[in-house]
Amino acid sequence: MKLTLHIWRQQKRSTKDNFAQDGKMVRYELDHVSPDMSFLEMLDVLNEQLTRKGEEPVVFDHDCREGICGSCSLMINGEAHGPQSGTTTCQLHMRSFQDGAEIWIEPWRAAAFPVIKDLMVDRSAFDRIVQAGAFISVNTGAPQDANAIPVPKADADKAFDAATCIGCGACVAACKNASAMLFVGAKVSHFVHLPQGRVERETRARKLVAQMDAEGFGNCTNQYECEAACPKDIPVRVIAEMNREFVRAKAVEEPPSKKRVGGDG
Amino acid sequence: MTWLCDFWRSSIGGKVTMAVTGLLLFGFVVAHLLGNLKLLAGPDSINAYAKMLHDLGPLLWVARIGLLVIFVLHVVTAIRLSSANKAARPVRYSKEATMQATLASRSMVLSGLTVLVFLIYHLLHFTLGVTNPEHFQKKAAGAQGFDVYAMVTASFANPAIALTYVAAQVVLFFHLSHGMQSLAHTLGLHHARYTPMIKKLSFLLALLIAGGNAFLALSVLTGIVKGAA
Repeated sequence: MKLTLHIWRQQKRSTKDNFAQDGKMVRYELDHVSPDMSFLEMLDVLNEQLTRKGEEPVVFDHDCREGICGSCSLMINGEAHGPQSGTTTCQLHMRSFQDGAEIWIEPWRAAAFPVIKDLMVDRSAFDRIVQAGAFISVNTGAPQDANAIPVPKADADKAFDAATCIGCGACVAACKNASAMLFVGAKVSHFVHLPQGRVERETRARKLVAQMDAEGFGNCTNQYECEAACPKDIPVRVIAEMNREFVRAKAVEEPPSKKRVGGDG
Repeated sequence: MTWLCDFWRSSIGGKVTMAVTGLLLFGFVVAHLLGNLKLLAGPDSINAYAKMLHDLGPLLWVARIGLLVIFVLHVVTAIRLSSANKAARPVRYSKEATMQATLASRSMVLSGLTVLVFLIYHLLHFTLGVTNPEHFQKKAAGAQGFDVYAMVTASFANPAIALTYVAAQVVLFFHLSHGMQSLAHTLGLHHARYTPMIKKLSFLLALLIAGGNAFLALSVLTGIVKGAA
């Protein structure tokens, strides 16, 4: 296969005032691409050529290359993780493209995801959201009997659907508003359907949304581009659930008490 | 009050504000259409209705101010959220694609602003009598000083005015068709059975409201509803 690639090249890290830096789309011609290659292997071939020519190779994120780690990214022809639905870039193969195709490759574009170099972005905003409360803070101790806390199958399925999130950031990249609500919704939904997660549901909803807002993501306008882009097919149901959880958590939140409460514990 | 302001300032709080004010404005648009349909029942019917509304006195002002507050909240929150959305993507994609977002959903800011401009014109036209004072005077000149029928029929007999109103209804249709399904989702309503129904209902209600309003303007223009003698 013969390909024409347009790739975003950016030397310096994005700053608040200068997000694009010196970045621009650069055109590359690539020949002898096998249709059996993965998209990242195609980029590896390009990088080998660039290295041989003494040019700097294109920087991009990758790790497991089997669609489970959430490291790879790439906006391919305007679609997060490329044209194949329910698939990460590393699992996308060149047979999905026509011979002679022209392909535009860009990094995730969001204020909350500064570009580190070329196609690699800093997604630590997601880590900070998880650190804000997307976990269960009780010490679970030794394992209990498997059926000590019964969980209905339907609830377990909903929690698991949300838990399949790999935190790749495709939802933010695909969203017209660069909103992270599918990701944060997945974290909320992941816990709220399970008895262990329900204990801290109010504080979790409040903290996650507060951190999401602080990171500078946009706001959902219910266009559902995130759902179409998600390599794990996480449904937009999780966003409705997060809205519900947040409103409920805000409604029941008590004003800070001046009186001494709770004794000396 | 600070907790309410904090809620409004949060992303989801802003969205909920859009949804609740949107729902209230939707209720107003429905009531407005139902009232206007009295045009088809003849001059006596709609003029009596106009007089009844006017005779509410202070209550009318409560409704007007309430409506204004809701409307301003809807617009101000929309401006805040959409400017935050713009700021959230400082560099645009050089190759953009849309996978499943509808045209209506992508043009909400534009359709909203168009409806806002139309609304200002609409108030200047029929409520304040600035743009066509000759039509507005017909209202005061008619029976009991509330001859709305004469004012409306005189206005819509003018093709430029009638077609402006019809064009505004097309934009309103786009705004409502996404707005109503969007507000349900924002308020946390998502269900495998009801969500597809809500989407269809949203489209249908938007079509009925915009179509009903456009029909009234067109029925005067085409002579189905005759002008006042």
